Amino acid sequence: MTAYLLNRLITGLATLLVASLVVFAVLEVLPGDPARLMLGMNATPDAVEALREQMGLNQPVPLRYLDWIGGMLSLDLGKSYTYSVPVLDLVKERVAVSLPLAVIALVLSVAIAIPVGAFAAQRRGRAGDTLSMGAAQIGVAVPNFWFALILIYIFAVWLRLVPAGGFPGWSAGVWPALKALILPAIALALPQAAILARVTRSSLVEVLGEDFIRTARAKGLPFDRVLWRHALRNALIPVVTIVGLQFSFLLAGTIIIENVFYLPGLGRLIFQAITQRDLIVVESVVMLLVASVIVVNLLVDLSYAVVDPRLRAR
Amino acid sequence: MSLLSINGLRVSIGAADILKKVDLTVEPGEVVGLVGESGSGKSMTALSIMRLLPHGARASGSVLFEGKELLAASETEMCRLRGDDIGMVFQEPMTALNPVKTIGEQVAEGVRWHTGAGRSEAEDRARKMLDRVGLPAARFPLSRYPHQLSGGQRQRVVIAIACALKPKLLIADEPTTALDVVLQAQILDLLRELSAENRMGLLLISHDLAVVTEMSTRIAVMHSGEVLETGEPARVLSEQRHPYTRQLALASVYVPEGRRLSSPLEGEVPPEAAEGVASALLSVENLTHDYPGQRASLFSKASSFRALDDVSFNLEAGRSLGLVGRSGCGKSTLARLVLALDTPTSGTIRFMGETVTGRKEAELRPLRRNMQIVFQDPYGSFDPRHRVERLVSEPLALLDPVPSHEKRRELVAEALHQVGMKPDDMRKYPHEFSGGQRQRLSIARAIITRPKLVVADEAVSSLDVSIRAQILDLFADLNRRLGIAYLFITHDLTVARAITDEVLVMHEGRIAEQGPTAAVLDNPQSQAARELVAAAPDLRKAIARRLQ
Repeated sequence: MTAYLLNRLITGLATLLVASLVVFAVLEVLPGDPARLMLGMNATPDAVEALREQMGLNQPVPLRYLDWIGGMLSLDLGKSYTYSVPVLDLVKERVAVSLPLAVIALVLSVAIAIPVGAFAAQRRGRAGDTLSMGAAQIGVAVPNFWFALILIYIFAVWLRLVPAGGFPGWSAGVWPALKALILPAIALALPQAAILARVTRSSLVEVLGEDFIRTARAKGLPFDRVLWRHALRNALIPVVTIVGLQFSFLLAGTIIIENVFYLPGLGRLIFQAITQRDLIVVESVVMLLVASVIVVNLLVDLSYAVVDPRLRAR
Repeated sequence: MSLLSINGLRVSIGAADILKKVDLTVEPGEVVGLVGESGSGKSMTALSIMRLLPHGARASGSVLFEGKELLAASETEMCRLRGDDIGMVFQEPMTALNPVKTIGEQVAEGVRWHTGAGRSEAEDRARKMLDRVGLPAARFPLSRYPHQLSGGQRQRVVIAIACALKPKLLIADEPTTALDVVLQAQILDLLRELSAENRMGLLLISHDLAVVTEMSTRIAVMHSGEVLETGEPARVLSEQRHPYTRQLALASVYVPEGRRLSSPLEGEVPPEAAEGVASALLSVENLTHDYPGQRASLFSKASSFRALDDVSFNLEAGRSLGLVGRSGCGKSTLARLVLALDTPTSGTIRFMGETVTGRKEAELRPLRRNMQIVFQDPYGSFDPRHRVERLVSEPLALLDPVPSHEKRRELVAEALHQVGMKPDDMRKYPHEFSGGQRQRLSIARAIITRPKLVVADEAVSSLDVSIRAQILDLFADLNRRLGIAYLFITHDLTVARAITDEVLVMHEGRIAEQGPTAAVLDNPQSQAARELVAAAPDLRKAIARRLQ
């Protein structure tokens, strides 16, 4: 188990290193001068030269790479060109929105998907199965921003329970901040839950056909109890895999939802940074996302071992 | 009043009648054997008693348990009976336990559910039951997971689950089919003891007449959904009143025509290894094979597992060599090495006078066409999306030059003819054939290149006795007509007797004993061979013992 963990950790670090090389190289091979790119066509040569100096672009390439890596390791991510603030502060502020949003959405998605999946598997081939999986099919097909609009219409415009958009910041108190996040979290969670419910159902149906289910039934346990106590945990491996993939997506892929709800999150930051050619910010955020994906994958690998004792022996 | 009394049980799924007319009784403390070939309805009968039939199955007739009609019982009532008064043990121990729960949890669960006992009390009872089935606390704490146990040990856990609450009736559906003969004998002993201890009725389902004859006070013979006859086993099997019973009994001890006369005991004595080296088709010398083991930690060296240890033998052209032994003794490893599918750690293999070991794949090609294999599971060894023509012609790629399309088709037709199938069959897909026909197809595939050696890895083990008899005939016939030599891997000593001239008894990677088959099996010298022979069920001996 220790060897397995160490192995995963080393693989993760290696991935991070390769990703950093790729991110750095992409910006390196982009046509033109990053400084000119950032300043635009109308900038004076002096201004460009000054920015090149500031960004350290006059130094040799390997040195710049090491500088960049060293900076990230010491949490000095440089300074954003468009916002004129340290990138670290910018990222911190945005993560404070995106991370809670992603976590809430994920918890919601799991909390909806597993009972629905189990419900459908329990009634395999009957009306309940067809109905819930039909609903899930719609959930997969409908884009989340459409859900977002419906939710805004019902809960913000009509019932006036929550704000339609914007984020007051955590300084405004936990409750107002959460209220601002709940609708986007639901909008994000529904399509994810739909996918997850389908995975849960098919995985459960497969497990319910296994021999040990028959053994459990022969013990005298009622079917429902067998499903929850014996089948579910065995069915979790594919579910955990999908949850891991979804978390990475929820952290980074929220550009549309953040725009719909006008939330200052990572998605919007990277979107703006790209349109404004703020390359330092892009570099840093991409690296952060790569790191988070690697960490989540590590957690997924670990949870396999929690779910299945056979993997602990490795 | 009987413990269990089944009268006119019918089960149908859709329009198909799975069970037509099943009548059966089990008295307290009685062992009733239910025999029949696959598809005869044995398992369906068991599942009807448990009311665990597959979706859409309808049962009618009567199943009385202590006078109570089970077919009319509610699901709640059935849940109370299952695991408490009626226990069940299944065929496949490797998959019968939940892989993510400890054995303690799995045994204690039924106890808690039925008795309402607390965790510690239930665990106490689970502990006692596991001790009783031969899994002592020192080596098998409750915290063990199924994957940490062997097949025989897992079957003991399944029996512990089924018997934890001292059921009045235990249904054992092929409880030992997946185990080797020595384990089988142990598990059967355990079932017999448990039945005697608590006057538990035991319904023992098996395809193996010998097992059932040894174990049962009465047997019931099933065929296509009907119980044909019931009675004292020795009487049923010696009188053979029903033609099907006779067929079943004969097929169980079948020896192919022609082999009966030239039994090595009466015929020529096989040449000694020393003089055989020059003429040997296959010669194996000091073969050793290690499998890499797990590393205990990142920095320690991996320990390895010695699967084969200094194995030497010769096989003459046109002869048949049996390879018998318990599971894990190295039989399959030896077969893989002989077929050059793996490289031995040390030792040499010579085939047709040429050294196989250390050759590159390209250099092996001319040898490969002369060695083919027939697997146990005919279905698993065919790609279901290919037609028979393509499946059977696959080894032709080993020929130099590769034959033309027309020539291939001719060869396939001929191979199909050799194994008793029609040339038209080459246009069909594997799922269109029965198990026995599929095994014929895999034999056709093996002989299409006219090999000198065919390795048969448990090639008849999954077949019913009557089909098995036909396939053994085919093997014997091909040996006579085409002079093919066999390396016959089997756990079944009856099969070894029927088809092999000589036999190697393997034990823990070594050859424990070798010699003419009848001599070794009638008069085993080594400890390993004696154990194997003693544990192997033998129908004739069982009937003889019964009749005494």
